[in-house]
Amino acid sequence: MKDLWGHGLPGFWSAWVIVITLGTIVFCAWILFGNRRTDKSPDAHGEVETTGHSADGIDEYDNPLPRWWFLLFIATLVFALGYLALYPGLGNYRGLLGWTQETQWQAEMQRAHETYAPIFARYQQVPIPELAGDAEAMRVAERLYLNNCAVCHGSDARGGYGFPDLSDGDWLYGGSPEAITRSIAQGRSGVMPAWQQLGEDNLRNIANYVVGLSGGEHDTARAAQGKALFAATCVACHGSDAKGNTALGAPDLTDDTWLYRRPGQATLDAVLETLRQGRNGTMPAQAAYIGENKVHLVAAYIYGLSH
Amino acid sequence: MRHEIVEKNVGLLAVLVLVVISFGGLAEIVPLFFQQETTEPVEGLEPLSALELEGRDIYIREGCNNCHSQMIRPFRAETERYGHYSVAGEFVYDHPFLWGSKRTGPDLARVGGRYSDAWHRAHLYNPRDVVPESIMPAYPWLFDNTLDGAHTADKLRALNRLGVPYTQAQIDGARDAVQGRQEITALVAYLQQLGTVIKDTR
Repeated sequence: MKDLWGHGLPGFWSAWVIVITLGTIVFCAWILFGNRRTDKSPDAHGEVETTGHSADGIDEYDNPLPRWWFLLFIATLVFALGYLALYPGLGNYRGLLGWTQETQWQAEMQRAHETYAPIFARYQQVPIPELAGDAEAMRVAERLYLNNCAVCHGSDARGGYGFPDLSDGDWLYGGSPEAITRSIAQGRSGVMPAWQQLGEDNLRNIANYVVGLSGGEHDTARAAQGKALFAATCVACHGSDAKGNTALGAPDLTDDTWLYRRPGQATLDAVLETLRQGRNGTMPAQAAYIGENKVHLVAAYIYGLSH
Repeated sequence: MRHEIVEKNVGLLAVLVLVVISFGGLAEIVPLFFQQETTEPVEGLEPLSALELEGRDIYIREGCNNCHSQMIRPFRAETERYGHYSVAGEFVYDHPFLWGSKRTGPDLARVGGRYSDAWHRAHLYNPRDVVPESIMPAYPWLFDNTLDGAHTADKLRALNRLGVPYTQAQIDGARDAVQGRQEITALVAYLQQLGTVIKDTR
């Protein structure tokens, strides 16, 4: 115990705390002993001393505290002094045990690290497709998924409006182990610009063409007009075959999978909404939150959902 | 008996009671006003922008702090889930603190950046849309209400007087920064900065 005194508080305030704390203990002890009476035998007239309080003829006896009670008070005083000697309580005094909240937390983290780090390190060595078949690893991964991913992608990983379904084998940014790992670790930021400047009529034409690509219900005359507009504006990201581009996160428009279609909404309306206001799908980067090892494990879990 | 003096003078009794119970506060609270750890901001801490500050007031108005704490305690179970434990220096610009005392929902001390803006909007519009088992109330009116910014500059000025280092330019521009914005935008802006000054792997 080389350093029993810290310097979190200015000296005066450290002394202030010590004086009040110890002073209170002394004060309690003084009250306890100052009021202590041991003599409880009746006097010569057979009378026991009273406090002088009398209510309706009933006097209050001035008997001492029961011994066990008195000793309990003593015990609390002793406990307080022992506690203050061992733990930080008196100003800048650190206590004989050197305990702090922070070191307790660090010890707890260290123990967990020693227990779990080798397990995660072992999983890190296993390639994702293989790891996805490891039942034990996937039990760990499922927990990680539920704690960190399910809030957006759903506990069944089926996603929702604006949050991709991870179980359908359809990928915005690619479904290879590397692509999934990157999506989780570094996040993704999708940008579909708003095209309002093209005019509502043109947007309707494009929307009809886009819906027609996956065989949805559409107006063929409008779709025919939309085709040229699509070739002029949309192919840069979605490709001339409209199959999308996983480098940009541009979705495949031919597969009838719609990230931004509300339940019960007509596909045409959903596409129109997207064209009018644009979309900004954001996947927050997780590496900083859960670390590379756990990213690897979660990536295997996601990979396994559609393999 | 001398204690009769105390027992029969209610005014004196009240004064002595106050003196006795003030010892706890005098020893545990007052010295913290003079401890650097609790009075100095952590490195990189900036006062909330006008929009974030309005978001914070909406957070208070809707009573978010009744169900969500903003205080991560130094236990592994908490730091694994929420991130680095909270430190006093993160809250020196908070008037009042929103630490909360009960977690019906999760702690929000480091919710900033954890989810996308779109998620927060969907979630606040109707939590069940994104988390089916959620018991959180829906706040759809945040999408209808817009801020007029009438008192925003006054709020910054008041905080400035309490020691939050707002510049005159920030105070002057406060109204324009929030006028006409949706309440949901302000609230999400507030949520997205929570706890982002300290970054740590959990």
